[in-house]
Amino acid sequence: MKKALTGTALAIAMAFGAGSAAAEVKVGFMLPYSGTYAQLGEAIENGFKLYVQEQGGKLAGQEVTYFRVDDESNPSKGPDNANRLIKRDQVDILVGTVHSGVAMALAKAATESDTTLIIPNAGAGALTGPLCSKNVFRSSFSNWQPGYAMGVAAAEKGHKNAVTISWNYAAGKESTDGFKEAFEKAGGKVVKHLALPFPQVEFQPLLTEIAALKPDVVYTFFAGGGAVKFTQDYAAAGLNKDIELVGAGFLTDGTLKAQGESAQGLLTALHYADNLNTERDNTFRENYRKNFPKLPPDVYAVQGYDAAQMLDAGLKAVGGDVSKKDAMREAIRNATIDSPRGKFTLSKSGNPVQDMYLRQVKGEDNVLVKIAVPALADPSVGCKIQ
Amino acid sequence: MDPVIFLIQCLNAIQYGLLLFLVASGLTLIFGIMGIINLAHGSFYMIGAYMAFALEPLVSQYLGGGFLATVLACIVLAALLGYFLEWAFYSYLYHREHLQQVLMTYGLILVFEELRSIIIDNDVHGVSAPAWLSGTIPLSDVMTYPTYRLFISAVCIVVAVLMYWLLSRTRLGMMIRAGASNREMINSLGIDINRLFRIVFALGVALAALAGAIAAPVSSVYPGMGNAIIIICFVVVVIGGIGSIKGAFIAAMLIGFVDTFGQVLFPQAAGVLVYVMMAAILLFKPEGLFKQG
Repeated sequence: MKKALTGTALAIAMAFGAGSAAAEVKVGFMLPYSGTYAQLGEAIENGFKLYVQEQGGKLAGQEVTYFRVDDESNPSKGPDNANRLIKRDQVDILVGTVHSGVAMALAKAATESDTTLIIPNAGAGALTGPLCSKNVFRSSFSNWQPGYAMGVAAAEKGHKNAVTISWNYAAGKESTDGFKEAFEKAGGKVVKHLALPFPQVEFQPLLTEIAALKPDVVYTFFAGGGAVKFTQDYAAAGLNKDIELVGAGFLTDGTLKAQGESAQGLLTALHYADNLNTERDNTFRENYRKNFPKLPPDVYAVQGYDAAQMLDAGLKAVGGDVSKKDAMREAIRNATIDSPRGKFTLSKSGNPVQDMYLRQVKGEDNVLVKIAVPALADPSVGCKIQ
Repeated sequence: MDPVIFLIQCLNAIQYGLLLFLVASGLTLIFGIMGIINLAHGSFYMIGAYMAFALEPLVSQYLGGGFLATVLACIVLAALLGYFLEWAFYSYLYHREHLQQVLMTYGLILVFEELRSIIIDNDVHGVSAPAWLSGTIPLSDVMTYPTYRLFISAVCIVVAVLMYWLLSRTRLGMMIRAGASNREMINSLGIDINRLFRIVFALGVALAALAGAIAAPVSSVYPGMGNAIIIICFVVVVIGGIGSIKGAFIAAMLIGFVDTFGQVLFPQAAGVLVYVMMAAILLFKPEGLFKQG
């Protein structure tokens, strides 16, 4: 009965919407199109556009027009770049970005101007913590989530003593804290946290320190070039024979070709894996490969794809009328997203409540081992939305 | 600290210091002798590393392969590049202010990064160490030391000795030292200072590229790798005294030890320790440890 009513309401709203409001939704991508993260920005945009294309180029009956700004992963340019989309292009929806520092600036600008923001990657805890706001959503993860999941999985493997290592910056701290929380809750002990200045990659002294401490397991948060170098140095130092190396999924995502032999067998935790082998994921991968043959369907593409799904869920609830901001946001917050990664919902703070997968490196794939933690929600410490 | 672990850390420090020296020695030569602040020096390191990555298949196809042949090809090409760059760009900078030098060399960084992106790509790539150096040496019960890292150190030591010999025992070295202390005088003595500068610059670029090429198997090649090393190299040059090879060597070693043990003993302050040391040294020796001229 209730369903029928909403259905009718929807139909009426759509009928009105089509008559009055301009049938268009303006989406502003603020993503890195240059620099180290350029490929990630491209993957996110591809994913987003793929979903819109699958819906026949329209979301809730509205044409979608795109605006792009290259954020250069430069936090100091964040506010200006955000305002270019908000004030100049007058976008209805912001989608961005990869770099956490830039995402903070973007979230502030979005909240000040009451623009809806969907963050397709940046994992900073603050975005769905102290900075959380009714207009801010995330389609990716919080740094804490993969760390916590890996902590659970490491303790389940019977490890007792752990060392954590990362760059000395917020993401690394949040990730290793997540690991520590889960690992110590399960009775393990993190004996030492090692950190080195970002983006230094001379790991040898800290590897020697690990050899001196002799823990059962080492948890690490590195990405990109740092991840490649760390796994190679770890293997070259012979530590991989006696001390298991595990990490947040970024340790082995998009880097496996460069890591070669040194990454084989590594366990990592993330909200996506390479052979989920569900119908949903297989279809997504096939379509993505068809449309964007140059880039592999990866976690970033999924995050972009799901950002579009979240927007779609919100727009459908208001019949495509983006001026009904509150109702649209309420709908996004209550949506269940049928993601290629598996279905997920959103927490009050706007962060995905999602299954975290334990994956193992085999060849050039991160192969699913099992679900490390089902429906894991970020604690969203400091968020006032209840 | 366990004595075995302590010794391994010393080895780490020496190895890091030696590699820093190899990159910084070229920088201090160019800075000290030509008076040019060359921000693009890190790019030459990056170019060396990417050449090691990109030339390997070519070398094995046309020259029958071999890691040493690849490195040699990198050095030769880098020297030619340096010779060309000096002629095309740097030779116009000698009488300009430092600000203009910084602007132009910074511009070169952007150009090199963009070229790297166009010619190769933006991915991280691994470079494999040659088979005859890929073994490891057991050091403690759980740790081994890669033979290749020892090889890097050996190469650095050989280069250091060669440079010492070149600068103090050969005619070219004499001219370079004279050029560093008094440019006008050496010119009026009938030595072609332009040619000398061109050679010094090519040498500096070749040294940086050599460092990049032999570091590639342990560091992998990735965008922005040159920018990561250039700052610490300037620290080496400033602590050692501009233009002094001996100073650069000692400064690089100092930084190697401070950085290595700082990371282990004072992890919270590891990022600043080297700079604190630099400030302390400059307080007492404003021109660095071994100022030339």
